Amino acid sequence: MTDTKKTRLVVIGNGMAGMRTLEELLKLAPDMYDITVFGAEPHGNYNRILLSPVLAGEMTIKDIMLNDVDWYAQNGITLHLNKTVTQIDRVRRKVIADDGTEAGYDRLLLATGSNPFMLPVPGKDLPGVISYRDIRDTDEMIEAASRYHHAVVIGGGLLGLEAANGLRLRGMDVTVVHLMPWLMERQLDRTAAGLLQQSLEAKGLRFKLEKQTAELVAGESGRVCAIRLKPALSGVEGDGETLPADLVVMAVGIHPNTGLAEAAGLHCDRGVAVNDTMQTYDPRIYAVGECVSHRGTSYGLVAPLFEQARVCANHLAQLGISRYTGSVTSTKLKVTGIDLFSAGDFTGGAGTEEIVLSDPSVGVYKKLVVKGDKIVGSVLYGDTADGSWYFQLLRDGQNIHELRDRLMSGQSHLGNSGHHGQNNAASMPDDMEVCGCNGVCKGTIVKAIKEKGLFTLNDVRKHTKASASCGSCTGLVEQILASTIGGAYQPVDVSRKPLCGCTDYTHEEVRKAIVERRLKSIPEAMGFFEWRNVNGCASCRPALNYYLLCAWPHDYRDDPQSRFINERAHANIQKDGTYSVIPRIYGGVTTPAQLRRIADVAEKYDIREVRCTGGQRINMLGVKKEDLPKVWADLDMPSGFAYGKSIRTVKTCVGSEWCRFGVQDSTSMGIALEKELDRMWAPHKVKLAVSGCPRNCAEATIKDVGIVGVDSGWEIYVAGNGGIKAEVSLFLVKVKSAEEVMEYASAFIQLYREEARYLDRTVHWVQRVGMDYVKARIVEDAAGRRVLYERLKDALRDEKDPWQERVRGVAAREFEPIRFQPEIGSEIS
Amino acid sequence: MSEWMRICPLEEIPRLGSRVVQTGKGDIAVFRSGTDEVFALRDQCPHKGGPLSQGIVSDRKVTCPLHGLTVQLDSGEAVAPDKGCTHRYRARVDKGEVYLNLS
Repeated sequence: MTDTKKTRLVVIGNGMAGMRTLEELLKLAPDMYDITVFGAEPHGNYNRILLSPVLAGEMTIKDIMLNDVDWYAQNGITLHLNKTVTQIDRVRRKVIADDGTEAGYDRLLLATGSNPFMLPVPGKDLPGVISYRDIRDTDEMIEAASRYHHAVVIGGGLLGLEAANGLRLRGMDVTVVHLMPWLMERQLDRTAAGLLQQSLEAKGLRFKLEKQTAELVAGESGRVCAIRLKPALSGVEGDGETLPADLVVMAVGIHPNTGLAEAAGLHCDRGVAVNDTMQTYDPRIYAVGECVSHRGTSYGLVAPLFEQARVCANHLAQLGISRYTGSVTSTKLKVTGIDLFSAGDFTGGAGTEEIVLSDPSVGVYKKLVVKGDKIVGSVLYGDTADGSWYFQLLRDGQNIHELRDRLMSGQSHLGNSGHHGQNNAASMPDDMEVCGCNGVCKGTIVKAIKEKGLFTLNDVRKHTKASASCGSCTGLVEQILASTIGGAYQPVDVSRKPLCGCTDYTHEEVRKAIVERRLKSIPEAMGFFEWRNVNGCASCRPALNYYLLCAWPHDYRDDPQSRFINERAHANIQKDGTYSVIPRIYGGVTTPAQLRRIADVAEKYDIREVRCTGGQRINMLGVKKEDLPKVWADLDMPSGFAYGKSIRTVKTCVGSEWCRFGVQDSTSMGIALEKELDRMWAPHKVKLAVSGCPRNCAEATIKDVGIVGVDSGWEIYVAGNGGIKAEVSLFLVKVKSAEEVMEYASAFIQLYREEARYLDRTVHWVQRVGMDYVKARIVEDAAGRRVLYERLKDALRDEKDPWQERVRGVAAREFEPIRFQPEIGSEIS
Repeated sequence: MSEWMRICPLEEIPRLGSRVVQTGKGDIAVFRSGTDEVFALRDQCPHKGGPLSQGIVSDRKVTCPLHGLTVQLDSGEAVAPDKGCTHRYRARVDKGEVYLNLS
C-alpha cells in the first residue's frame, strides 16, 4: 500500500463527520486518494443520532448502520476497527495506533468527535454509572433496564431527556435530575419547557429541577445504588434528598476530543482550531465534526458537521470553491409523540420583540423573537409545522416586514391542496397519504428514512418520490424527516441553491457569468463551470437553455434537445403518449369561423375530447404526434403556448363593452397584453388576467400579473398564484391609462425573466427578493422601468409562431416516425 | 444468425435526441448520444409506460417525460434508487447508417 503513487489520506475517527467527508470526497474525486480509516469502536459507521430510538426499542443497531464493513471494501478503503490512534508523528507524517499499527499520510483528517463530560462527584467511577454516547453505552442501558428498576438521568438537556424516555419505555422507573430551573434551557424558554415537562410526566418520568448531585452511593454489590442530592439552594452542608438508582446516566454535556491533536502540537481552542476550509494550523491536517473549533464555536449537532464535511471534501478534492462560514442550528426532540422545535436566540433581550401564541389547553405554544425586521429565534411546541419555514427565514436573514401579520398563522396555513389540508406530521397515522401525487404514506417515508439512512429532502424524494412531483407536501415531508432524524435534519438552504446535482454553482452565479463572460451556448457554459456530468441532466439543460435565450435573444440558437418534450413538440404530452393542442384565442374572444375550423379539425383527426380550459380557450386532446403539423395547418391559428414555461393566457371578463357594472374595457386591455407578450418564454408559466371592475370576475388576484379596472384607471397586482398553493397577489401600483398598464406589466415580467431562477413562479421570486425591491425597480425607477419594457419588446421582436414554422417544415423529423419495412432493410452480418 | 436492419442515416437522428422506429414488435426508440453512439430501447418507460423517445438525453441516459424516471441507454435499467428495466435492442452505426437488430 505504501508503494502506491496515489496521495495517502488517513482518517482518524470512524464516525458520522469523518465518513460523511469521505462519501462527499468519493463523489467528487473517487480515485484521488488511497484512504485508511481508524475507528476506536468495533463497528462500521452508524447513525449516532438514532441511538435514542434504539434505546426506546423502536429500532435496532442494524437499522442505524450507515456504512457497513462492505462499504469500505467496495470503495477500496483500508479500515482499522477497534484501534485507537495514540500518536500523530507530524515530522514523519504517520499515525500510530494503540496496537502498534502505523499508517503514513500525505493528508490527515481528524474526526475524533467529543467525549461526554462526567461530573467530578464521589462515586462517578462506580459500576452502573455511564455516559450516553455510543453503542456500548446504549447496550449497557438496555441490559440494565432488563435487570434493574431505578434509573436516574443527570441532565435535562436534549440527550438526557431522550435517554430518560428510552429507559422509561424499557420499563424503568426514571428520575431526571437537572441543575437549571427548567428543562432544555439552552433550547427552550420556560413556558415551552413547562409544557414539555407535563407531557413527559404524563409518560411517567419524574423530575428534580434545580438540584445538584452531591455523590453517587455504592450498594453491597459495589454497583451504584443511590444518588444523594445537595440540599436545595441553601449551600449548607447536610443531608440532601437521596434517590434509589441502579443505573445513573450522565448527560451533562460534551467536550471536543482534542487530546491527540494537542499532543501533536496542533493549536486548540477548546476544540481543534480550523479555518474556513477545515484545515488545522498544520495545513496537511484537516479536522471536521464535534472535535473542531471553528471561529470559536464547536457544534454538537450533526447538521453543521455535514456542512463541514462538504467543504472539507471539496478542499481535499482540490476544487477549492467552497468555504464553511459557520452554522445556525435548530433542535428537534426525538421523543415519539412530542413535537418540539427550537432555533436561534429565543431568550429575547434588549431591542427584540416577541410574537407569542399560547394555547395550553391543546398543548400549543409558539414564540418568535424578532429584532428589527428579522427573526432571530423561535420556539415551537405542539405544532411545529412551520419550524423549517421560520428556520429558513432566520438563517437567510430575510426581511419579514411584509409577512409579519401572517407569520404566526404560518406558511402552511393557506391554500395548500393535495393532502387533506393536513399540516401536522406528528399527528398523522402511518397509513395516511402524505404525497397525493405519488401515493406515498407517512409510514413508507419513515421506513425509508430509517432503513436507507436518508438525511435530506432530496434523498427522500429520490427514494420514495414523496414531494417529488408538485411539491405541495414538501413541508410535511420535511417535518417527517425532522422528527425522524432530529438534529441531523438540515432544511434545504434556499439562499445558496446549486442549479442542480451537476454543479455547485447557483442559478444566480450561472446567469451572471453567462452575461459577463458572454457565454453563448450550453457546452460553453458547462465548460466554464466544469459541469460534473457529461451533457448535464434533465434539470439543468432546460434551465441553461432558458438563461442563454434570455441573455442573448437574437444570438443564441435555441437547443431543442435541451427542452422538455412539450416545448420541443409545441404540444402537451399526455399519459398515453398522445398530445393536446390548444390554439391561442386572444382574450378568450373567438369567432364563428374559428369555432368552425376547430370543429372540422376535431372531426377530421378523430380527436377524442374537446374541452374548454380554465384560461378561456379550447383544448383538443388525443392528437398523435405525427398529426400535429397537419392539425396546426388546418387550424390556421397561432400556438397558445399552453405547453411552455412561457406566456399562457390573459383571462378577461366581459368588461365595460357589455357588462352593466364594468368600468373599464378589460377585454381590449387583455387582448392588447396577450398580443404584446405573445411567444414569450419565461422561467415558468406566466398567467395574466384583466377584470373590468373590482368584482374581479377574471380572478385577477391569483395571477402572475392581475389588472383590475376601477373608475379612475387600473390597479396592477403581481405575484399571485392559483394551483398547488393559492397565493393572493400583491398590489404593485395604480395607473391611469392602458399604455401605462402595458409598460408596468411588461417591465415587471421582464424583471422576473431576467432575475428569477428557472422554475420559479413570480410568487416564489417575489417572496425571495421582497415587494419593496420590486416596487423600487418598477414603480419608483421610471427610467429603469422603460428600459425593461424596451428590452422585453426587443427580445420578442423576432420570435415566430412555432406552429406556422412547423407547418412550413421546420423540425419535420421531430414529428416523423421511421416506419420499419423489413424488405428494404439490408442484412450486413 | 442475427439480422441487422438499416434504419436511417445517422444525421437523421438529432444528437442528444432520438427517433421512433415503428416495427412489428412495437415502437422502438433509437437514441444518438453526444458522441454519436446509438442505442435502442423499447419505447416504454418501466415506470408507467411513458415514451422514452420523447425524453431529454444526457450522456448515456434518458429521462422519461412523464414522471422523470431516468433510464440507462446501454442497459435499459432505471438509474438507482429507482428500479425497473426496459427491453434493450442492439443498434450500431456503419458508414454513417444506423442499423438495428431486433433478434
